[in-house]
Amino acid sequence: MASVEYLPGKQPHAREHRMIFRNVDRVGWDQSIETAIADGAYEMLKKAVTMERQAIINEVKASGLRGRGGAGFPTGVKWGFIPPTNTKPVYLICNADESEPGTFKDRYIMHQDPHQLVEGMAISAFAVKASLCYLYIREEFPHAAKIMEKAIAEARAKGFLGKNILGSGFDCEIYVHRGAGAYICGEETGLIESLEGKRPYPRIKPPYFPAALGLYMSPTIVNNVESLCHVKHILQMGGAEYAKLGTPNNTGTRILCVSGDVQKPGYYEVEVGKVTMGEVINDLCGGLKPGRSLKAIIPGGSSAKVLKADEKYKLKDGRELTIWDIPMDFDTMAACGSMAGSGGVMIMDDSRSMAWVINNLNKFYQHESCGQCTPCREGSPWMAKISDRIVAGNASPDDVDMLEQVANQIEGKTICAFGEAASWPTQSFVRKFRDEIKSVTKTDLSGKIVNEETKLAVAGLKA
Amino acid sequence: MSEASSAPAAKPPVDMVNVQINGTWHQFPKGTRMIEACKQVKAEVPHYCYHPKLSSPGNCRMCLVEMGMPPRPAPGTEPEKDEHGFAKIGWMPRPVIACANTVSEGMGIRTEGKLTEECRRGVMEFLLANHPLDCPICDQAGECRLQEFSVEHGQGESRFREDKTKKPKNVDIGPRIRLDDERCIMCSRCIRFCDEIADDPVLGFTERGTHTTVTIHPDKRLENNYSLNTVDICPVGALTSNDFRFQQRVWFMKETNSICTKCGRGCNTEISARSDTLYRQTPRENNDVNSTWMCDQGRLDFHFVNSEFRLTDPMVKTGGKHAIASWKKAIRTAADALRGLNGEEIAIIASARMTNEELYMVKQLAAATKAKFLDVIPRNGGGDNYLRSDELNPNTNGVKQILGIEPGAQLDTIQRAVRSGLVKGVIALGENLVKCGFDTESLGKLTVLVSAHILANPTAEASHVVLPVNSYAEKRGSMINVTGRLQRLNKAISSPGQARDTWEVLRDLVLEISGSNGLHSVDDVFKRLAAEVKCFEGLTLSRIGDLGVQVLETTETVPLLEREKERKAKGVIVG
Repeated sequence: MASVEYLPGKQPHAREHRMIFRNVDRVGWDQSIETAIADGAYEMLKKAVTMERQAIINEVKASGLRGRGGAGFPTGVKWGFIPPTNTKPVYLICNADESEPGTFKDRYIMHQDPHQLVEGMAISAFAVKASLCYLYIREEFPHAAKIMEKAIAEARAKGFLGKNILGSGFDCEIYVHRGAGAYICGEETGLIESLEGKRPYPRIKPPYFPAALGLYMSPTIVNNVESLCHVKHILQMGGAEYAKLGTPNNTGTRILCVSGDVQKPGYYEVEVGKVTMGEVINDLCGGLKPGRSLKAIIPGGSSAKVLKADEKYKLKDGRELTIWDIPMDFDTMAACGSMAGSGGVMIMDDSRSMAWVINNLNKFYQHESCGQCTPCREGSPWMAKISDRIVAGNASPDDVDMLEQVANQIEGKTICAFGEAASWPTQSFVRKFRDEIKSVTKTDLSGKIVNEETKLAVAGLKA
Repeated sequence: MSEASSAPAAKPPVDMVNVQINGTWHQFPKGTRMIEACKQVKAEVPHYCYHPKLSSPGNCRMCLVEMGMPPRPAPGTEPEKDEHGFAKIGWMPRPVIACANTVSEGMGIRTEGKLTEECRRGVMEFLLANHPLDCPICDQAGECRLQEFSVEHGQGESRFREDKTKKPKNVDIGPRIRLDDERCIMCSRCIRFCDEIADDPVLGFTERGTHTTVTIHPDKRLENNYSLNTVDICPVGALTSNDFRFQQRVWFMKETNSICTKCGRGCNTEISARSDTLYRQTPRENNDVNSTWMCDQGRLDFHFVNSEFRLTDPMVKTGGKHAIASWKKAIRTAADALRGLNGEEIAIIASARMTNEELYMVKQLAAATKAKFLDVIPRNGGGDNYLRSDELNPNTNGVKQILGIEPGAQLDTIQRAVRSGLVKGVIALGENLVKCGFDTESLGKLTVLVSAHILANPTAEASHVVLPVNSYAEKRGSMINVTGRLQRLNKAISSPGQARDTWEVLRDLVLEISGSNGLHSVDDVFKRLAAEVKCFEGLTLSRIGDLGVQVLETTETVPLLEREKERKAKGVIVG
């Protein structure tokens, strides 16, 4: 393959390992299939269709690839959940509903390298024996949807999709489905409901595990855009070779989407666990803004628990880490009490008010709660209303404690993981920044009526 | 289900599993939902969205319980056992919903304890956060799950200090139903009922999050014949019946188990009344008849009981005018007039809306008067693919069994004989003859027209003797429905004025015409039926019970029940 040149100002950092983003910002690159084929696209599909299906699944299992959507579940294991006795059609869904705040990796794949995704999907579809694939693109990515539609049409014209792909007897179609603007559609069962034309109410698990009872009650594999792209590279390198990238159990590369108070926010593809948080901030992102100090980091999309700058993390293996030493992987991040999630790293320096941050996050979750189950439907707006008052200076210190209690009442009691996504930020921010948040409250408001409605009602009663 | 707490851990029989509930071991069939297993051992789990006849979305989260399974032992080791010999349970840190999960071998469930209580208190607090708390003006008060579970699992004071979410109120969603969205807890029972049972998916959610609102789809109305069932299953006061709205506080009403007499199905009902006024009828569960549903037509067909047109006194016509008479005089007048005719001149038009006991007395009356003509008015039509039967009389099977006649077989002959003057005396029991092909003119020419009615009507007006009788809500008795099930009516309210039970009136008439017959109560009549009619053999009125007894083999099936059976077999519903 030819050496790769990048656009001026967009050159990858030396610490990066560009694989998925190899063609992002590349000089002379466009989204056409000709460009892609000249660069070796669809070679892996050609190889895949000559392979045994199980062999591909075994390679993916051997690679240790963990889902890049947020949960970090091993992709090969997920594929293995399709009941062996299944007689129904199998569906593959690519989850391109990239809506976790702070995450912006899938859009670049779709915008700049659509054929990588098409190839990844086709290979994965072949592996799990799915003849119908859906690419669920969020409403906010109209451009990506157009590009993907065009890429799929091109691939189809070249015989990489459609009937009897490359003479293998395998049929595969990919359809683009556009969401209507709901965060919950990123939850896989919510996405499936949406795809079925219904409100995206997540399903209860059990019994509706997608690998057994998914789209149209048939086995369905739902994978993130980045995860599916990795499949192509796993096939190219071999599972064992791929597993050498990154650290054990945290293999491969992943794209970090860094935003917030750093010099150079952006996307950085690194080997999982080979770069620490400090290196991300200081090397990749060129450090904090001048004269500022680090206050907090949300390491894996807005749903991840916040990490406080002066925290120390004692790990089971005896290591003691500061926030700067945490390697950007799945397991250590979990051991430090947060999660690698979707790779959205949000850096906050000392100019940020934590009360404002938590209010901002709560408002997002209030707005995006689907409203199906009680704790999340009623709890997330409650949290937003309390934090609204805190920011407005209309809250007492007790309200801060109650904010945490409301979050506790949501966590673990909902149908889907949205409950945790909504409550973890509040729980972690209040626990770690309680004093700061309380400092903007007023003690004399304790036990007082603070909302307009009740004030009116009481005034009415007195009159 | 059987208790196995003291017995050592034995391998359960095929298809049974050992489950520990609140520390005690029990056995349940495989596939039993956790919530039902708990219910069977009196560890009731509170719930809103779960309904055994509907799919389980698990959205209310009220039924969260603590659950555990025996941990998988390390290879080569035996699992640790408890004192009963069962593998020790590893309790999950997170609660699970009891409604949609099924029991499995070795499972432990705790419906009490810190975690479960915290969950319930939390869900209750959330449900009430944006609830208008307008119980004083809410029809559901007194039978509201929010109130009940708030008392049991909630807290006395609200911590919610914010403005509440505003939603539409008093929404007209159908001719019989009104919706208050602020009271709604989004359990989706009504939506699922319309989708799954009534095949009329007109309800749905709109908006999202805290603004989620149940609503009617554009240009649709909730007007199917089963719409009021949504009011029954609404756990709160969001859906209320226009008919019952603001009529009565539920705690003042007395409930009586009865059956609906609108068609041949005989849906089991609960009649709610306060001081001799009926306020509503609601379906009562009977999985051999109506599941837990009934049609709106049947449900609302009770207002005539409280009607101002009720006949309250026996009347005898003298000089072309009705005058109130004593029962004794009315019966004697009727008997005397009938005795003056010979059997060939007498026709009895009874009704397939009469109870078995009444029909038995009709038979006695026919014998006493030697009436040549006897028939009932057949009614058909309006059957649907759910519960409504095409047979509109509630006791046609009783007529066939007791009177041994085919409804309507003689009707033409009788009408002709009345017109020609061959028949001089007619006894009309519960049927308005004018509406059944008899003309007022020829009825006017009769020497004797005795009639027993609930409401004033042209036939009563034409009658020489009018006998006021009780409606279905004022009497005991039994009927056989279209599927051959013997079911019981019960007395919910007392008779208006001097009105009496039809069987009693007929007994007196027979007595007056022919002498003693030894019948003192409706139970005595049933005893005679049991002795004389095969299908009643070995039964008494009380032995029929609240759910009825299958007494006839019929080929008739209930479409709605058949579909429920299918869904139950698939595990979609509990049934």
